[in-house]
Amino acid sequence: MKPAPFEYHAPTSVDEAVRLLGMLEDAKVLAGGQSLVPLLNFRLARPAHVVDINGIPALDRIYERDGGVAVQALVRQSDAQRSELLQKLCPLVPEALKHVAHQVIRNRGTVVGSIAHADPAAELPAVILALQGSVRALGPGGTRDIPAESFFMGVLESALAPDELAVEVWFPAFTGPHGLREESRRHGDYAMAGVVRAGDRLALFGVAPTPVTADPNEPTRDLQPSADLEATPGFRKHLITAMTRELFAA
Amino acid sequence: MTTRWFGERVERREDDRLLRGAGRFTDDFNEDALEACFVRSPYAHARILSIDARRARELPGVHAVYTAGDLPFGDRDLPLLIPHPALTNGRTQRCLAADTVRYAGEAVAFVVADNRYLAEDAADLVDVEYEPLPPVWPLEAAAEDPANTAAELTQQTGDVEGALEQAAHRRKLRFRYERGAAAPLEARATWARWDAADKRLTMYDSTQSPTSIRGGLAVLFGLPESSVEVIAPDVGGGFGPKIMLFYPDELLTPFAAMQLGRPVKWTEDRREHFTAVNHERAQVHDVEVGYDAQGRVVALDVDFVHDAGAYTPYGIILPIITAAQIPGPYRVPNYRVRFRDVLTNATPTSPYRGAGRPHACFVMERTLDAIARDLDLTRDEVRRRNLIQPDEFPYEVGVGWQDGNRAVYDSGNFPGLLEKALANLGPRPAGHHIGLGLGMYVEGTGVGPYEGAHVQVLVSGKVVASTAIPTQGQAHGTVFAQVVADQLGVSPDDVTITTGDTRRFQWGVGTFASRAAVVAGNAMAVAAGMVAEKAKRIAAEHLEVDPADLELAQGAVRVKGSPQKAMPLALLAVLSNPVRYAFGGGTEAATQFTPKPRAGPPLPAGEQPGLEATGYFSPTGSTWASGCHAAWVRVDPNTFRLQILRYVVVHDCGRVINPTVLEGQIQGGVAQGIGGAFYERLAYDADAQLRNASFMEFLMPYATEIPDVVIDHQETPSPLNPLGVKGAGEAGVIPVGAVIASAIEEALGVPITEMPLSPLRLFELTHAGSAGGAQT
Amino acid sequence: MRVNGIASPLPEDPRTLLSDHLRHQLRLTGTHVGCEHGVCGCCTVLLDGKPVRSCLLLAVQAADHDVTTIEGLAPDTAALHPIQQAFHEAHALQCGFCTPGFVLAVKGLLDEHPDPTDEQIQEGISGNLCRCTGYANIRKAVRLAAAAR
Repeated sequence: MKPAPFEYHAPTSVDEAVRLLGMLEDAKVLAGGQSLVPLLNFRLARPAHVVDINGIPALDRIYERDGGVAVQALVRQSDAQRSELLQKLCPLVPEALKHVAHQVIRNRGTVVGSIAHADPAAELPAVILALQGSVRALGPGGTRDIPAESFFMGVLESALAPDELAVEVWFPAFTGPHGLREESRRHGDYAMAGVVRAGDRLALFGVAPTPVTADPNEPTRDLQPSADLEATPGFRKHLITAMTRELFAA
Repeated sequence: MTTRWFGERVERREDDRLLRGAGRFTDDFNEDALEACFVRSPYAHARILSIDARRARELPGVHAVYTAGDLPFGDRDLPLLIPHPALTNGRTQRCLAADTVRYAGEAVAFVVADNRYLAEDAADLVDVEYEPLPPVWPLEAAAEDPANTAAELTQQTGDVEGALEQAAHRRKLRFRYERGAAAPLEARATWARWDAADKRLTMYDSTQSPTSIRGGLAVLFGLPESSVEVIAPDVGGGFGPKIMLFYPDELLTPFAAMQLGRPVKWTEDRREHFTAVNHERAQVHDVEVGYDAQGRVVALDVDFVHDAGAYTPYGIILPIITAAQIPGPYRVPNYRVRFRDVLTNATPTSPYRGAGRPHACFVMERTLDAIARDLDLTRDEVRRRNLIQPDEFPYEVGVGWQDGNRAVYDSGNFPGLLEKALANLGPRPAGHHIGLGLGMYVEGTGVGPYEGAHVQVLVSGKVVASTAIPTQGQAHGTVFAQVVADQLGVSPDDVTITTGDTRRFQWGVGTFASRAAVVAGNAMAVAAGMVAEKAKRIAAEHLEVDPADLELAQGAVRVKGSPQKAMPLALLAVLSNPVRYAFGGGTEAATQFTPKPRAGPPLPAGEQPGLEATGYFSPTGSTWASGCHAAWVRVDPNTFRLQILRYVVVHDCGRVINPTVLEGQIQGGVAQGIGGAFYERLAYDADAQLRNASFMEFLMPYATEIPDVVIDHQETPSPLNPLGVKGAGEAGVIPVGAVIASAIEEALGVPITEMPLSPLRLFELTHAGSAGGAQT
Repeated sequence: MRVNGIASPLPEDPRTLLSDHLRHQLRLTGTHVGCEHGVCGCCTVLLDGKPVRSCLLLAVQAADHDVTTIEGLAPDTAALHPIQQAFHEAHALQCGFCTPGFVLAVKGLLDEHPDPTDEQIQEGISGNLCRCTGYANIRKAVRLAAAAR
């Protein structure tokens, strides 16, 4: 379980990173690495190039903008979890982060990386969807903000172009009723199913190829979850119903 | 004999190096060793049409690629360790598969390179052409074709047919137990060096049986055993499958080292561990029980199939153990058990902690719970009515045991265990969906044939002792030191134990079957006792007293009642050798003692120099440990999450050497049992492919899933060995499946007849008729 | 890269995992490798003082960073670090393979929460697997270590 050979690049600016991504065939961005490196070790991913953005200075800020909070690409999940700004303006984010894997993983894993990785069973994609946040991408043509609703395209598939770098995500301030429930086999595992509430908005994860929004009164309508070793479609819908009821009763 | 250290909570003597990261595990050995990796079959069953390793061999940094045809022993079957007359259709694998692969993960080629990265690159370039064959899978389907039956055995005591016919009640039940995996955190590893000038082969191996590995390598490579050294250094957990021999790497790593003239190592990665290392547990049982109006079992008829996997290197030891252990602590006057050992196209099976017993216990305990339900008895009462009583020992079960003898329980107090467990468990907690889990077990432990030990008092007065059995975390370095210390009247801190190193002790069997404390522990007592007698003989001569008037205490031999008349062990160690050229330690003091004028040679006939001895212990039969687990478990009716509110273990392993170490074994065993009951499973699909070969999906419990276990002891000494001990290593895991099943059945009100369980399975059982089964 | 305070070379091959680099190039074999996909926690080291998985880091990524391995925790050969001492006293290890990772994860936990609640202890050790002890004594060791501070 050792990575296959690749060429390693360590850009020192976002512009250089974007230039590299535009230039290189078959490149992967390495941020926290908590999802990518296991794939490399299993040789399930064999990119020709790895572009490590960890050496880019001043890309690890959490700051207020546009009535919400922006989290830059190198902000570690554990730092976001402790952020007073997020706790004050977007308390759902730190609360959700408690459910993301384990402390030691969060010390390295990034908020932006988790969203850009677009794992349908992960918490943060559903959180940004529930909050109606957005992802800021930098590409050869400049910067664009991609709303969460149009960011997630499929399993591990996002709207980012191969030559684009997700430089930050933005969560609108929201302090109304909120919460996250999930059922995972063990503490810290990816969820069999999960629900996120932001006011009247409900987002589901683990039950479709992407996180999806749903009607809190009928959360499983049109839902067609897949089956895996731990859950059937029926069980996933059962869990969604039970957790939604609990979350909106709270 | 003083017993000052026996029974004490002596702190572990092996911790310091392990805590500092200074332990030495097999992969820690380096010496610029080349590193190897395997090419493994992706198919469960296939014919190999061709293997082309040219591209791999050409890759820079690659030193060798071996296929079956490249090996002088490539056409030999690996050994069948424990033959049995009933095993008429057994088979073992080749070191590297030549024409047919019979499980996904079977080794096909062995690549040696400068490092593991390059070895894996090269393995990717080995082109193997397969013709897939239909896999024999799953177990139930395999059992339908008699050609897949490797062995069949029926045993009976009493008149089962007659007793069933006359029984007041009869009931048929079916139970299913899936495969499980030991999953030690250190996977397997081997490191070998060939010293061509010395013609000496040295291998570090994470094995549970270095002496047997050494014997095999000596034969295979045509070397005298004295030229082969096998050492099991620190081993990161074993739990059974590391006893298997030989795994292919155990031949290929030394072979490559001899061929290439450089040390070679192979370290298994987690993915390959899941399919390359043996599994256990899968059985399906059909049971008919007859019982009287009081719920007493009068007849038990069991017919089960055991999933052997692709090969039978371990014979049929597992189903034999299951067959013997089904009756457990209960009286079953008429018992018939038939099993078939069935070949399938999945990883071979061999003992994993519990070894045939968790499934046996599950069958009996679930059967008793069914009787309780039928007759409206409480679960404890049905057990109380069936337990063997303390005055019935030795108790003969009526069937054969794994050592070839009859299964005979040596001692025990089963009712005592039950009442103590219930007292510890306390009343039912408030709340809904809470079930009582109850399970009792016996465990035949400490099987022979023998172990030995060497004990030596150095001229410093310190003691070194060694035994062949290796250690995987059981604190042998502490408990054996306690045993030796008592015999020699020293502190355990003065005793250094070496285990699993053929350079230090070359005769022995291995660490398995909860036998280390029983067999090697008693061997330590025997050897240390011999040293004590020798020390007395030497001291008696110099002090001019009768040896019978001497005792060993505080590091000296002294006259009973006159402790000032004493000779330190350090001094006696010097005097034990007629040549006194050593310096330091007790040597200066020894010059005060001129050799006594004595008729005959300086070294008397029959005496050996040195204050040392080698002793052996060979038990007449197994010691039978026993216990009772009880739990309160809550099941969330929506999410089917498990909450273990209280878990109690009362355990009887005879006399306890070190309660702290024992409790650690039990807590760890229970954790492994909980993992196997509700979190872990080996998810094979219809093509006999393992679908969850990673720790992401094979769900070993974290701290968050495991409660603190309440542990209590009962001590019924074994009459079969001088220390009165019984084995304890496996006990924690045995009844956990039965206990969790029992609790969930009561909490949710649905019959539980299978292991393992999961939230999904509980959802399906409680929502029968709802759409969609689990994938696989 | 500084490892246990000492400037150390980086590997030539950039794909080298930090865990392998520490073990095989720098011969710091106290960092153990149990799964190489970030689940077991045996390979946990401190990166700039915080516990991380060394099997999920390329060694080159540790350039200009401080890495502390288990060998660097108690440089004084006479005494164990209080966390190591607590593990010893609580019988919180058996085979010792997972132990270095646990000790460093607990270091991170106690640095952040010197007086942790039971819940914080569970969370702090919940990313590390132990197959021998059943965790009860590890929880006990964390409480002992916290009390000893």
